[in-house]
Amino acid sequence: MKIYAIAVNTFKEVIRDRIFYSLVFFAVMILGASVLLSALTVGERAKIIEDLSLASISLFGIVIAIFVGIGLVSKELEKKTIYTIISKPINRYQFLLGKYLGLALVLLAYISVMSGCFMLVLFVFTGTFKATLLLSVLLTYVELLVVTAAALLFSTFSTPVLSATYTLAIFIIGHLTETLKGLAEKSGSAAAKAVLEFLYYFLPNLSNFNIKGKVVHDIAVPWSYIGMACAYGVLYVAILLVMSVMVFQKRNFK
Amino acid sequence: MIRTENLGMVFVTGFLMRKVTALKGLTMEVRKGEVFGFLGPNGAGKTTTLKILMGLIYPTSGKAWIMGRELGDVSVKQGLGFLPEQPYFYDYLTAMEFMDFYGRLFGIGRRERLDRATELLEQVGLGHAKDLQLRKFSKGMQQRIGIAQALINDPELVILDEPMSGLDPIGRKEVRDLIMGLKDKGKTIFFSTHILPDVEVICDRVAILVKGELRATGTVGELIGGMEARSMEMTVEGLAEEDIKALRELSVNLVLRGRQAAAFFDDPDKAKKARALVFERGGDIVSLIPHRGSLEDIFVEEVRRGGRS
Repeated sequence: MKIYAIAVNTFKEVIRDRIFYSLVFFAVMILGASVLLSALTVGERAKIIEDLSLASISLFGIVIAIFVGIGLVSKELEKKTIYTIISKPINRYQFLLGKYLGLALVLLAYISVMSGCFMLVLFVFTGTFKATLLLSVLLTYVELLVVTAAALLFSTFSTPVLSATYTLAIFIIGHLTETLKGLAEKSGSAAAKAVLEFLYYFLPNLSNFNIKGKVVHDIAVPWSYIGMACAYGVLYVAILLVMSVMVFQKRNFK
Repeated sequence: MIRTENLGMVFVTGFLMRKVTALKGLTMEVRKGEVFGFLGPNGAGKTTTLKILMGLIYPTSGKAWIMGRELGDVSVKQGLGFLPEQPYFYDYLTAMEFMDFYGRLFGIGRRERLDRATELLEQVGLGHAKDLQLRKFSKGMQQRIGIAQALINDPELVILDEPMSGLDPIGRKEVRDLIMGLKDKGKTIFFSTHILPDVEVICDRVAILVKGELRATGTVGELIGGMEARSMEMTVEGLAEEDIKALRELSVNLVLRGRQAAAFFDDPDKAKKARALVFERGGDIVSLIPHRGSLEDIFVEEVRRGGRS
C-alpha cells in the first residue's frame, strides 16, 4: 500500500514532466521516419521499419531509464521532499522500492504505447503483423528495468551527473561483455585474466536482451531463451535493489 | 513525549574528512501537552536535532525516545506530524492530491483521507486552492500546506521546524493561533524558531541551544525571573546643570525632557550613587523603574556567552 502510494506519486511526477513527453514525441517521430526511409529501399520495406522502430524504442527507453532513474532519489534529496516522506511511518526500503516501481510503471506505459504505434505503423504500411517483434520489445523492457535499477543504485550515493556517467558506462560495457570474455581468453597474464573474467560475470550482460536482429530476420528464438533472459534480468534487478536499499538505509539526509 | 540523552552529532565533511560537531550532549525533555520552543541562532543545531528525531540522520552518540519508544521504531511516526524547514513539495501535484498522497503513507482509508484533507485545507486557509498545482503556490501558501500535511494523521506530537519563517505578520498570527488550537486539543507541540516575540506568547517552556549545546531550559518566566533587574530608568527634576552633568557621568545614557532628565543605568551600584547624588543636591526623583530582561536579552546573552567559550 505504502510502496504503491510512492509508486503512483513517482508515476505522476514523470508523466507530468514535459521532458518525458518530448522524449516520447521524438521516439514516435523516428517510428514515422522509418516509414519514409523504408520507401527509399527496394524490397525490404518491412525489415527497415522493424529494425529502426525496435532500435528507437530501445534507445529512447534507455534515455528515459537513465535520466529519470538518476533523478529518482537525488531530486527528492535536492528538493528536500524526502524529509516529509521519511518522517511518515514508512521504511526507507519502502520509499526506494516505490520510486523504482513508479519508474518501472512509466517505462511499461512507454513500452506499451510505443509497441502499439509500432504495430500500427507496420500494419498500415506493410499489411503484416508479427508477434515475435513483441518478444523483442519484452526483452527490451527487462533491459530497461536492469538499467533503471543500476541508475537507482548510483543515485543513492552519488551526484546526478556522476550517476548518469556510471549508468551509461554500465550500459555500454553491458553490451560489450562478450568482448571482455574474448579478451580474458586471449590474455597472457593470469591476473588480467582473473580481473576480466570477474568483470564479465559481475557486470550485467545486456546483450542477452538483444534479439532484435533475430526477430527482424525471422530467426526463431526459443522460449527457453526468452525465459532465461527474463530470469537473469529479474535476478540482476533484485541484486541491484538490495544493494541500493543497503546504501540508502545508512544515509544521512543533510 | 520526547526525551533525549546525551545526543550528539558529528558530521564528517569534504575530501579532508573534516569533523564538524553539530550537537554536543543534548539532554532534554518535552512533556505531554506542552508547547515547547526550541531557540537558537542559525547553525545552532536545531534542525540537526529535529532531523535526528525524525530519523533523517543518525546521531553519532546518545539516545532519544519519542512517546516512550526509542528512535528507529518507524511505528512511532504514526502519531507524529512534521514540518521541515523551508519545505519544498511535489509541485506537480494539486493541493488535494498532495494531501491524499500523505494520507496514504499513513494508511488512512479513502473516505477519511478525503474528509481530513478537505477539513485541513479549510483550516489553513487553502480551501480555495484545492485543485491548484503546488507550483502555483506562494511561499506563504507552501508553508500553510506544509502545516496541513503535518496534521493529516491527527498526530499526538507535532514537530515544526521554523513554522513562522517566510510568513507575514498575519500569517504568523494564524500559525500561532493554529498552535494554540492544537494545544487546546491536548496535543504536544515542539517547534524551533528564532522569532522570539512569538515564543513569549505561546510557549510553555523553551530551550536555548547555542553552537550545539543546551544553554538554558525552563519556562519563559523562569528564564526571565532568573535574571536580576538589568537596567534602571530614573527620572529626576529640580537639578542644576552641573548636577545633571555629574549624573550623566554615572549613567549609561541621559535624556533631557523639558524640566526633567531621564537617566539610564546598567549597574545597580551606580544607580545607588546617583540616587544619593540627587538627594544631596536637592533634586526630586519623579520615578524609578527597574527593567527586567526579556527573552531576547537572555537569548542574546546566551549566544554571546556561547560565542566566547
